[in-house]
Amino acid sequence: MQPWFIDFAEGIDDGEPVYLACEECGSTALPPRTVCPECGTRTLEERSLSETAAVTASTRIFSTIPAYADETPYTVGIATFDEGVKLTGQLRDADEVELGETVTVGVEQRGNDGWLVTFSPTG
Amino acid sequence: MTVQIAGVASTPFGKHPDSSTRELFTDAALEALEDASLSVHDIETLYVGNFVGDVTDDQAHVGAMVADYLGARQAASMRIESACASASSAARSGVQAIESGDADVALVGGVEMMSASGIGEITDALANAADNEYENEAGLTFPGIYALMAQTYMNEFDASQEDLAAVAVKNYENGVSNPLAQRQEETDVESVLESPPIATPLNLQDCCPITDGASAAVLVSERYADEHGLGTTVEFAGSGQSSDSLALQDRRDLSRTRAAERAAETAYERADVGPDDIDVVELHDCFTIAEILAVESLGFFERGEGTRGALEGETAADGRIPVNTSGGLLAKGHPVGATGVAQLVEITKQLEGRHPNQLDDPTVGLTHTVGGSGASCVVNVLRTGGA
Repeated sequence: MQPWFIDFAEGIDDGEPVYLACEECGSTALPPRTVCPECGTRTLEERSLSETAAVTASTRIFSTIPAYADETPYTVGIATFDEGVKLTGQLRDADEVELGETVTVGVEQRGNDGWLVTFSPTG
Repeated sequence: MTVQIAGVASTPFGKHPDSSTRELFTDAALEALEDASLSVHDIETLYVGNFVGDVTDDQAHVGAMVADYLGARQAASMRIESACASASSAARSGVQAIESGDADVALVGGVEMMSASGIGEITDALANAADNEYENEAGLTFPGIYALMAQTYMNEFDASQEDLAAVAVKNYENGVSNPLAQRQEETDVESVLESPPIATPLNLQDCCPITDGASAAVLVSERYADEHGLGTTVEFAGSGQSSDSLALQDRRDLSRTRAAERAAETAYERADVGPDDIDVVELHDCFTIAEILAVESLGFFERGEGTRGALEGETAADGRIPVNTSGGLLAKGHPVGATGVAQLVEITKQLEGRHPNQLDDPTVGLTHTVGGSGASCVVNVLRTGGA
């Protein structure tokens, strides 16, 4: 697991998640970018990110990689923050989730230095 | 000065437990050279696509390895890797080597040995094409990524699992007459829907199988073909390649593959053709949804109307725009690092009039190969017209 992702996950864990916003074109992205993927400038500024997001897509996974083989089936989704960035995470506290449903974004530690992003329905 | 295709070959796709990366590639390369009436000593440049060999075989430096075992040590050799689009990138690179004047004869191809690894190990290896931190660590598999794209598309355009299944039914049917295909049996919508779930809404028969296979093509300059009386009849007309975000989450629209749109635009422009000029297509149907997204990206259908292709027979072998007459990745199989050249092999055979599912005199054909969830895409256009 890369140091930048550990930083990103620890930010969520500490209740201080961050994202990047381009001062030039206004587009948003997740770390660790140096260059704005939309306009190519290096004017990305770190800002604080909401702790909840809305589910954009989800899938229930039945066949998986060895690291998760004992945990199937489980649900993975992509959720969209008000700030515009999207994040991938594993659903907690429910098997299914409605599109558009609000989830609280969290992290769980896996193994020695691994972090897993989780989504828990707020309702 | 065009680049001509002098010879092509694919091994049977499926399981080759008694073969290996070096042996299987050599089989395909020797057959392609024989098809071209050229020898291993004629090869000046060799580009081989291979994606997971360093994980499954503990063996990198695949370019030199296959050049060595092919008996082509004189060649400039290199492995090209762009995930599942590796062989298409290798073909582009071979074309560029000839167009630049650096070589007159280039052997391009790809090879992947996947079946000896367990399903878990190979799923893990293939996942290296995704964003490790943002996707794999979250337990998102490749079928899972395409499932998210499928769900988004189905919601956006009111498409159903039956609409997706129609793609599998068509491609399985095409695979029946392809002697090299891994799956040579028909299926029906009900069987697709009743096959085991992999990542909802995708079931087992929505997904391509795990495949061992190799493909090769011998490319030559027009002058070389002429001087050596090779009698080539198919040429490279144009090529495009583009990129997109590595992770699906970084795309504005999860059901749109912009790398494919950009690659197609470039390839059409260079070949001086448009979607209406294409007679036959081999495209990257690693999952049923992928074919639907691809026919839209390539301009054969308006966005949201790609399901019509298989449902209404427009992409059938006797349809308006025949897609995957080989059976596609779904039936022919998907040895990932070989797929792009395997597609070129199929199109070349169609244009030369010797395909097992032969169409009526096609003159322009197209291949579309996707790396990962669409972070890479290569579009190559071939047409009849020899040296």
